[in-house]
Amino acid sequence: MKKALLCTAVAAGLFAGPAMAERGTDGQLKILYWQAVSILNPFLSSGTKDIEAASAVIEPLAKYNEKGNMVAILVDEIPTVENGGVSEDLKSITWKLSDGLVWSDGTKVTSADVAFTAAYCMHPEGGCAQVSNFTDVESVEEIDESTVKVNFSVAKPFPYGPFVGTQSPILNKAQFADCMGAKAPECTDANFGPIGTGPFMVSEFKANDVVSYVANPNYRDPAKPAFASVILKGGGDAASAARSVLETGEFDYAWNLQVEPEILNQMASAGKGKVVSSYGTSVERLMVNLSNPDPALGDKRSTLEGGPHPFLSDIAVRKALSLAIDRQTLVDVGYGSAGQVTCNVLPAPEIYASTANDACKTQDMDAAKKLLDDAGWVPGGDGIRAKDGVRLSILYQTSTNSVRQATQAIIKQWWSELGIETELRNIDGGVFFGGDQSSPDTFQKFFADIEMYTNNFDGTDPEKYMANWLCSDIPSPADQWLGSNMPRYCNPEYDALVAKMGSTAKLEDRAALAKQMNDMLMQDVAIIPLIHRGGVSAHANSLEGVKMTDWDSELWNIADWKRAK
Amino acid sequence: MFNYTIRRLLFAIPTLFVISFLIFAILDLAPNDPTGNLPLTIPPEVRENIRISLGLGEPFPIRYLKWCQQFFINEPLNLIEQWFDISIGDSENRLRVQSWATRSPVVDLIVERLPQTLWVLGLSYVIGILIAIPIGVISAYKQYSIFDQIGTFISMVGFSVPTFFTGLVCIVFFSSTLGWFPSIYDTTHEVTDLASFWFQVKQMIMPVMVLALFNASQLSRFMRASMLDNLSQDYVRTARAKGLKERSVLLIHVLRNSLIPVVTVIALGLPQIFAGAIITEQIFRVNGLGQLLIIGIQGADIPLVQTLTFIFAVLIVLFNLIADILYGMLDPRIRYE
Repeated sequence: MKKALLCTAVAAGLFAGPAMAERGTDGQLKILYWQAVSILNPFLSSGTKDIEAASAVIEPLAKYNEKGNMVAILVDEIPTVENGGVSEDLKSITWKLSDGLVWSDGTKVTSADVAFTAAYCMHPEGGCAQVSNFTDVESVEEIDESTVKVNFSVAKPFPYGPFVGTQSPILNKAQFADCMGAKAPECTDANFGPIGTGPFMVSEFKANDVVSYVANPNYRDPAKPAFASVILKGGGDAASAARSVLETGEFDYAWNLQVEPEILNQMASAGKGKVVSSYGTSVERLMVNLSNPDPALGDKRSTLEGGPHPFLSDIAVRKALSLAIDRQTLVDVGYGSAGQVTCNVLPAPEIYASTANDACKTQDMDAAKKLLDDAGWVPGGDGIRAKDGVRLSILYQTSTNSVRQATQAIIKQWWSELGIETELRNIDGGVFFGGDQSSPDTFQKFFADIEMYTNNFDGTDPEKYMANWLCSDIPSPADQWLGSNMPRYCNPEYDALVAKMGSTAKLEDRAALAKQMNDMLMQDVAIIPLIHRGGVSAHANSLEGVKMTDWDSELWNIADWKRAK
Repeated sequence: MFNYTIRRLLFAIPTLFVISFLIFAILDLAPNDPTGNLPLTIPPEVRENIRISLGLGEPFPIRYLKWCQQFFINEPLNLIEQWFDISIGDSENRLRVQSWATRSPVVDLIVERLPQTLWVLGLSYVIGILIAIPIGVISAYKQYSIFDQIGTFISMVGFSVPTFFTGLVCIVFFSSTLGWFPSIYDTTHEVTDLASFWFQVKQMIMPVMVLALFNASQLSRFMRASMLDNLSQDYVRTARAKGLKERSVLLIHVLRNSLIPVVTVIALGLPQIFAGAIITEQIFRVNGLGQLLIIGIQGADIPLVQTLTFIFAVLIVLFNLIADILYGMLDPRIRYE
């Protein structure tokens, strides 16, 4: 009887008025990342899976939301020049931590933790994977217990590198104090279970297998998170991950589902879950080799010294190659909801996206043929166009991946229609992107005519990304092939624009400059953009609050996720 | 026999050193890079720093010797310390073999994964043997009967259809359509009562049966062939002439003698259990040693791959020796002296 009364009382409490959310009332959340998590310290691994798994536990001062806007996390407001947080000379930024912040173990979050995090990552022997977020940081000062000031050695028009975004979270000083520099990899316990301020804390971690989290009892919002525990399982492949959410309903969320659109749609028709996608800055592109990759050149192969490319140095050929591609078909075949047609190498955020190159959205085979005819490339006896004994024969390489191979095959078809011979080649991703000095197959060496891959940039500021195509960034034996200017594009006007952007603070002016640089690359056809790629994930119908973003961790707002009632 | 065993064991030591060197050299020459799978937004200088922090800046012979020291001296010392709860020398600063991807000791990873691999693969091996022996015996005794034909057909199918296909068919049928079994293995599950035991059975059934089918089809063929060899021998005729019951002729005389080569095959196959079933583990997400190895290979986690493959090499050498000794013990005609 007593028990029944109690139950009624509890029920009455629950149903009285608008239901108050409570921490840990929604049971367990099951997430599947088909790439298993290896480590929970994002500074020692920059694999996306590891960073995202850690993002439920450790947080930066500010994150990016689903629209790519910054939101304050551990601070009350984002410092800007207007509110005085960023100095007039753009050489420092001052962050003020919110009041009453505590770590999951109950100790206070202070500016010492923030300053320590910078020292930890900037230690020369630590091998910190995120050190590029701390570029040009001169010092990090603790002004008082909750105020920290970051000083830059140069004027930083965009000072939100350190401590913003999932790649740059705050570590607990007490936990990591003995893990500086060369000691960093030895602190297995800390790397496997960092103490954080996030909605969850690690209860068990099996490397390369599964992470178990429980709700953080000291989380700053007493009503969150709704889930009492989270299981983040790893392993397998993308298709079966999609199946476990969309068909069998065993999991609530599956990440990064690079699956043929046809298969994904079929699974989604089972009605147990939804496919969601979001677009960041990733662009699948063809890089055009403007230097000569002829093996006969030996050491000078694919370098500026080796001279220009025998036929790709002719802009008519490059334009024709781009015109012959029907990008929408590529989207339909390989990407579905994970891709959209783009004509820019800088497709987002919106203020940076140019509309000057949209002509590429429609395929125009006749115009492409005319371009080649006018430039003197006429079909020979074998149907392949040639001029002065140079045949249009292309070696087209990319990494091994079924969607990429399908794309290659389709593009080859169009180019052969144009009278261009194409040889296809695919290389294991670990080798292609590996940068091994002794391997001839890396994307930096580019011993081919065309190569295809995806690149993007972290955060929302394209300054560093656009600096990829500086003359000084051309890969060559002299710089151990470490440059990022794959097309070997070298244009003093472009370099001048990059320099100008480095000293421009006003957002509108920066946007105009970025667009101008993008248009310059596009109109010179040094890069042929194909597809603006989005992330695709799936969540169960019973899971609410997912706001997928490509600008930050997909779990960025996991504190707000809850079960549909 | 004892001298023989000692001689073989001593001979195994240089063999294993050569193997370890070869594995290291092959892995080093392979055009793969631990920073290869990182996002392209990580600049090259940072990649270079990561490589140096992993110890890749040092020349090849030094790295090999370091690995030898860590694996042959530091790891055993660490094991002894843990078993007897003592500390020998400067145990705080003794470097263990560290995985590059997880930055944790490789041996701990292996120990963490052994249980699920041993359970799933060991059980599938046992079940495979239990299925294979009766099928082999009956198939041979009733050669070319309907039972033999069906048995041959099923074992051919089981042997030639890869586990990644049977596994997927099982998942689509039993998980997606019928919803009987989970398609994803929960490695954090602990058996505490009957209900949780039942869950454990349910999640193990598919991977175990898929592998058991594969093992059974192989072994039943061996069993059948070996039985057929023996059935036509003179001693069988003698036994029958003596008036022994058919049952005891078959089960006592023929079966025992036929098991000798089969036991060797089983012993030689045992290291596979430790090596894990790479594909089956991936499909059902059992995440045992096979999955650990494949992740290591994909991520160019050289210390992990090196250590795992070397442990497999040790097991193979060891079980070869065990198979030889067993053979000698079971068959009195074989003498190694």
